Amino acid sequence: MARELKFKGTIAERIFSEKVGRQVHAGDFIIAPVDFAMAHETTTNWAIDSVRELGDKIWNPSKTAIFFDHVVPAASVQVANVQKKVREFAKSHGMPYFWDGICHQLLAERFVRPGDLVIGADSHSPTSGALGAVVVGVGSSDIALTFTTGVNWFRVPQTIRININGRLPPAVYAKDLIIHIITKLSVSGATYKSVEFHGSVVDSMDVSDRLTLSNMSAEMGAKCGVCPSDEKTKQFLEQARGNSNDWMPVDSTPDAHYEQIVEINASEIEPTVALPHDLDKGVPISHAIGISVDQVFIGACTNGRLSDLEIAARILDGKKVASNTRLVVTPASRTVYEQAMDKGYIQTLVRAGALVTTPGCGPCLGRHAGVLGDNEVCFATNPRNYQGRMGAPTSKIYCGSPAIAAATAIEGKIADPRKYLR
Amino acid sequence: MMTRIWKFGDSVNTDLITPGRLNVTADPLALAKISFIEFRPEFAREVKPGDIIVAGKNFGSGSSRESAVIALKANGIRYIVAKSFSRIFYRNMINLGLLPIVANTDGIQEGQTLEVNIANRTITNKTTGELQAFDLPPLVEKFFNAGGLVHFIQKNGVAGLQQFQ
Repeated sequence: MARELKFKGTIAERIFSEKVGRQVHAGDFIIAPVDFAMAHETTTNWAIDSVRELGDKIWNPSKTAIFFDHVVPAASVQVANVQKKVREFAKSHGMPYFWDGICHQLLAERFVRPGDLVIGADSHSPTSGALGAVVVGVGSSDIALTFTTGVNWFRVPQTIRININGRLPPAVYAKDLIIHIITKLSVSGATYKSVEFHGSVVDSMDVSDRLTLSNMSAEMGAKCGVCPSDEKTKQFLEQARGNSNDWMPVDSTPDAHYEQIVEINASEIEPTVALPHDLDKGVPISHAIGISVDQVFIGACTNGRLSDLEIAARILDGKKVASNTRLVVTPASRTVYEQAMDKGYIQTLVRAGALVTTPGCGPCLGRHAGVLGDNEVCFATNPRNYQGRMGAPTSKIYCGSPAIAAATAIEGKIADPRKYLR
Repeated sequence: MMTRIWKFGDSVNTDLITPGRLNVTADPLALAKISFIEFRPEFAREVKPGDIIVAGKNFGSGSSRESAVIALKANGIRYIVAKSFSRIFYRNMINLGLLPIVANTDGIQEGQTLEVNIANRTITNKTTGELQAFDLPPLVEKFFNAGGLVHFIQKNGVAGLQQFQ
């Protein structure tokens, strides 16, 4: 593969053009080969019959992966049987499978390359678009088609460019930024679109935080959420993969046409909380301070990375989780878990009273490891705070950064992290 | 046969249709029973084949899990009329042989009668007389007629997609 993009336009237009070998534009219908295709145990379960009906042969198993992350280890006989069926499917079709982290995190650590077109059978697939790739979420039928043929159909998306300039104030992170952006654009504000993140704030952000931006582009309906690939991307690949062979520069060309350009002044953003039950209900933390919580969750594909655990450990160092609440911490992958142990973050969190769980999606989708009961309130670093998502339909989820989560765990009520970070 | 309209508002997400913590199964009939189980508990009990879901903006936001579509299909839903659909849900609908119809749904209420005419690409509110034309992209129509993506590809191969370029 050529290690630079030849065609023009937005990042999405350039990557789609590369795949089909001709210049394509937003609105074009194309049939494109993908570089990688993945599903997790839940979406694979629904794809098995379709794969069989489409010939039962995987196009190129080395370009596919199946991740066990939704309920790991299995929490019921029913789940164990689904996982058994999916494991047998993967083995019999020669498909690599993994159970040591959230699919999106492992895609970023190991598989997605800048310039790639990837599809994933999970709605938060846009996450590793942060590496300068187009990563699109689909359902089980679509993944079955791509597993068996290596291709799928796409409508080249229009792009919303988000320029983030200024300077993030203390205790304000990518999570606060993206909730602020979603609140501005609404939960359907980027439906069908590619969202491109640019500006000095993104340039100076590590990939870890860029992954948070791309991840939650899904919460405005986006098809993909893309950051340019630059020196930071190269550093990330070197760290995660031991070399930067997969790296190439990715950016839009100066003549790119954007459907919408949004300017964000990061200096004005405060620690931000999304109120129940939608992500576009973001408010400055002062509007949420003092709300009593039964549970705090730090993890998920949005905020279970090393930098997230570092912030939580810094705030909780020498402190205790309040007696009226419980703190669940779920590293996004085994690699993150090991690094957090090496740095002492896990020890700090456990001593503070955290329940540290196996890498995976954890309680985010209400299946295990911290399900909420009737009328319970949770502060979570989840990408999503839908009604009943983490358990009982009468429960409530407030979403925000690991810093707010850690401060909240100490006080047992939603708290401002700034006072703990002086 | 009288078909019933089930009217919903904006941003009805997949967790409201089939809560994530419940949709462990791949069995369509089991999924049918959990449709809107907490959001509209009478839905799964009373819905009849041919009933139509009518909604506001951004229907089906959230998860990529096809269970949400499988559940509605297993209840005999064939059409969902909404102001707009979430992207993955829209693709899942057409892939599983359901028809998403984009229309202004402000004037459609429960208790009214709605006629969908695919040949003419119109929906008619028989109660108010309001008639609306809707767009039916060729791919959506062909997938719907084939009964979904897998059947379309079985019949036409991947090459069959080229006609939509």
